[in-house]
Amino acid sequence: MRIALFIACYNDTLFPATGIAVVRVLERLGHTVIFPSAQTCCGQMHYNTGYQAEALPLVRRFVEVFRDSEVVCVPSSSCVAMMREHYEKIALASGDRRLQSDVAALLPRVYEFTELLVHRLGVENVGAVYPHRVVYHASCHSLRSLHVGDLPMRLLGNVRDMEIVPLERVEQCCGFGGTFAVKNAAVSGAMLEEKLQCLKKTLAEICTACDNSCLMHIAGGLHRQGAAMHTRHIAEILACDGSVAEGQRR
Amino acid sequence: MSTVPYREFVDFPTSALLLLQDNQLRGNVRHATDVIQSKRDRVVREMPDWQALRDSGYAIRAHTLDYLDTYLEQFADRCTAAGGHVHWARDAAEANRIVVGLARNATGRVLKIKSMTSEEIGLNDALLAAGIEPIETDLAELIVQLGHDRPSHIVVPALHKSRQQVRELFARTMNLPELGDRPEDLTEAARLYLRHRFLNTPVAVSGANFLIAETGGVCIVESEGNGRMCLTLPRTLISLAGIDKVLPRFRDLEVMLQLLPRSATGERMNPYNSLWTGVHPGDGPQEFHVVLLDNRRTEVLRDQQARETLHCIRCGACQNACPVYRQTGGHAYGSVYAGPIGAILTPQLASMKRGQSLPFASSLCGACYEVCPVKINIPEVLIHLRGRVVSAKPAGGLTLEALAMRAMLWVFLGEARLKMAQRLGRIAQRPFIRASGWIEWLPGMLGGWTQTRDLQPLPRQSFREWFERRPPSGGPE
Amino acid sequence: MTEASRARAEILADIRSANRRSAALPPADETWETLPRAYRQTGALSPADCIELLAERLRDYGAGVVLVAPHQVADAIADILRRRNQSSVLVAPDVDPAWLNSAECSWVRDRPLSYEALSGVDGVLTGCTAAIAATGTLCLCHSDSSQGRRAPTLIPDYHLCVVRAGQIVENVPQGMRALEPYRNQPITLISGPSATADIEMTRIQGVHGPRTLDVAIVV
Repeated sequence: MRIALFIACYNDTLFPATGIAVVRVLERLGHTVIFPSAQTCCGQMHYNTGYQAEALPLVRRFVEVFRDSEVVCVPSSSCVAMMREHYEKIALASGDRRLQSDVAALLPRVYEFTELLVHRLGVENVGAVYPHRVVYHASCHSLRSLHVGDLPMRLLGNVRDMEIVPLERVEQCCGFGGTFAVKNAAVSGAMLEEKLQCLKKTLAEICTACDNSCLMHIAGGLHRQGAAMHTRHIAEILACDGSVAEGQRR
Repeated sequence: MSTVPYREFVDFPTSALLLLQDNQLRGNVRHATDVIQSKRDRVVREMPDWQALRDSGYAIRAHTLDYLDTYLEQFADRCTAAGGHVHWARDAAEANRIVVGLARNATGRVLKIKSMTSEEIGLNDALLAAGIEPIETDLAELIVQLGHDRPSHIVVPALHKSRQQVRELFARTMNLPELGDRPEDLTEAARLYLRHRFLNTPVAVSGANFLIAETGGVCIVESEGNGRMCLTLPRTLISLAGIDKVLPRFRDLEVMLQLLPRSATGERMNPYNSLWTGVHPGDGPQEFHVVLLDNRRTEVLRDQQARETLHCIRCGACQNACPVYRQTGGHAYGSVYAGPIGAILTPQLASMKRGQSLPFASSLCGACYEVCPVKINIPEVLIHLRGRVVSAKPAGGLTLEALAMRAMLWVFLGEARLKMAQRLGRIAQRPFIRASGWIEWLPGMLGGWTQTRDLQPLPRQSFREWFERRPPSGGPE
Repeated sequence: MTEASRARAEILADIRSANRRSAALPPADETWETLPRAYRQTGALSPADCIELLAERLRDYGAGVVLVAPHQVADAIADILRRRNQSSVLVAPDVDPAWLNSAECSWVRDRPLSYEALSGVDGVLTGCTAAIAATGTLCLCHSDSSQGRRAPTLIPDYHLCVVRAGQIVENVPQGMRALEPYRNQPITLISGPSATADIEMTRIQGVHGPRTLDVAIVV
């Protein structure tokens, strides 16, 4: 299958390793990954911060870039949530009928990465090996917007040599929240502190999730505290098949 | 120390910063919300039709708002026919004038049942200014009143107080120097203090959980019994109710009385529910007044994307679920309505002129929406209100944030622009990268990040550059 | 126009303009009938199981519960009141006289009595109109013969309620259906002695209203 990749603006800029990992996993499963380079941003940051008019041109651009894609893979729950929860509304408000039908036609072909693997490709074992102690944090968008349920855990459960440990208050928000992280930095920090306490109790080496937004915030806190735990996007764990050295990250 | 008087409220980040330093408050809030949440989860899990109830709750409330004028008129007509008097108040000042006028009596005091609506309009201040002493009869409201304090939670208003603080307060104000500090001692003190007043005060003021249009009746949901006392014993009863409290029919209570107790206190049913219609000869108050309050609720109604705010049945479940509220408690919101519902209701009741920081006091995690018994999509309303706040800024919006947003949009509208911005970012960050390889301090708007976190720098190569430069993959079609 | 009627007119006008739509809505009654109600409205338990569930839920919140045969109601009442040291007990003027035969306490009729007089009695005996098993709720419709007016069920410190098995329903919708004929009368739903958790979330029972509740279920 030809799978178009929407990498998400922040992954593109800050976490290329995640995109690289997605490509490796999908190619290992025998698919071709396309990267339409005109892609930029889904518009969530603008939309959620109250600059809703600014999101429309970004919706148009996304639709334009991916109009002819058979399937779109997005390693970011928050971007997919933005699309599913707001793109139709934005298109409706624009009064542009063509955009409305384009959005309606495209959305069913857009998948978050774990959704793509399990629901679209029917795969729960991607042949990964990852001999580490790992804890999974459920990002709010994957949990409450996409309702991914246990998809990530099913994928992680099939990773060889890996120990998964449960996280207390796994469903409690880490405190990132987009621009909330800087506009309400003190509260964001307090929420992070509670999440870090729960994480550190697990004694895991690695914290994983479906969203680098949460992981960026968690990693920033872990590093500030001098903690040993690192963060990895779930794609990066699934990409490890024993042949790629762990130390190659960054 | 852990109080931010409403008048001094500047904005949420400022109040939050102050309250985050009160560790006892934060401990109390965490404990209280954990307890209610786990009780709530338990009694909700045993209901296989919980989602169906929520759907009905939403539908009944939405339907009521669609026909609000019809149902309010029906309520007014039937309540009046049953011997009650119905008054209409366009705003807080009018409501206060009406209630104060009705509350005057020889004893110079009135009993009060907990009513957030009365807090909203500042009724107690209006009564005091008229020389009438309001006596709060809910234990928590009594604590808040005797301590000259403000409530910090819809259902547990005094959760910011420890038992020692309450003991000290009661010992001082009730003249009980030997008072113990066990909760039983404290509630016994309250019982005796109030009993005398229940039996000897001729006027009471209540709120209303639900007004029933079909019958002209009123329903009060409570736990302590002070409600029953105030609704039954005085000669005159005045019930203050927002116009959004009306339900179409008696039958609709079967939905609300399942949703509310389970969501509010994690009980299958709260200890006492009282229903009455107008005046019942020989039984209860012989003079009954309802004051219907608008106070900008019609404005909320007018905003099609925010009107579901008025579905709220004041259960407080959103507060208990909110990870932001968990850290700060209710006072950070500078309003009687705090937490997620406060973040959307408070600014709207001020025509979006005050409380503009409140819609941003959320990480949009969605936990509130999950637990809301009447399915208010609070995150959606928050985003919508953020848009209203931004649009309300002077034309051109020359805030730093607006300029940054416009710049980001410009960057996102061109592939070459994005690549250039990424390259510039990699250069600009260099002075900020420490020996550890991370960024530990950032100036200006981004400085909020580095208050509590480090930041990984932009890597040397973006994903799109990696993909561009890789040899053709040659993967199978 | 008086200020009062102007306020009413303005508020209603504001509501109507806020709700203005391109097409008029059907009448409220019609639309109300179409509201979704997929929640449980019937019971699944047998009458015997309902009784047991009610008893369990009542005991859960600290009410005393006894099951009695119909011909033993008066004796059971007498027995309970004796154990609870009740020497003067209020009853509604039209209470079933058969209930009163065996007890040694003095029965005080609410003729109606003043609050001082009500404060002077030990307890109150009532029947009920319905009882909801799932929530342990006793439904009193006041001014009904066996339940009397509200103040007597509120001021004394002890309440004994007689529930007939035929009055027990399983869930809240069924309970509210049973109360519908009385919807214009005062109604009190009792689901436990009063309680507060306002101090450090420690639940304390018995703040105002009767602190001790006993229920006699006639099976």
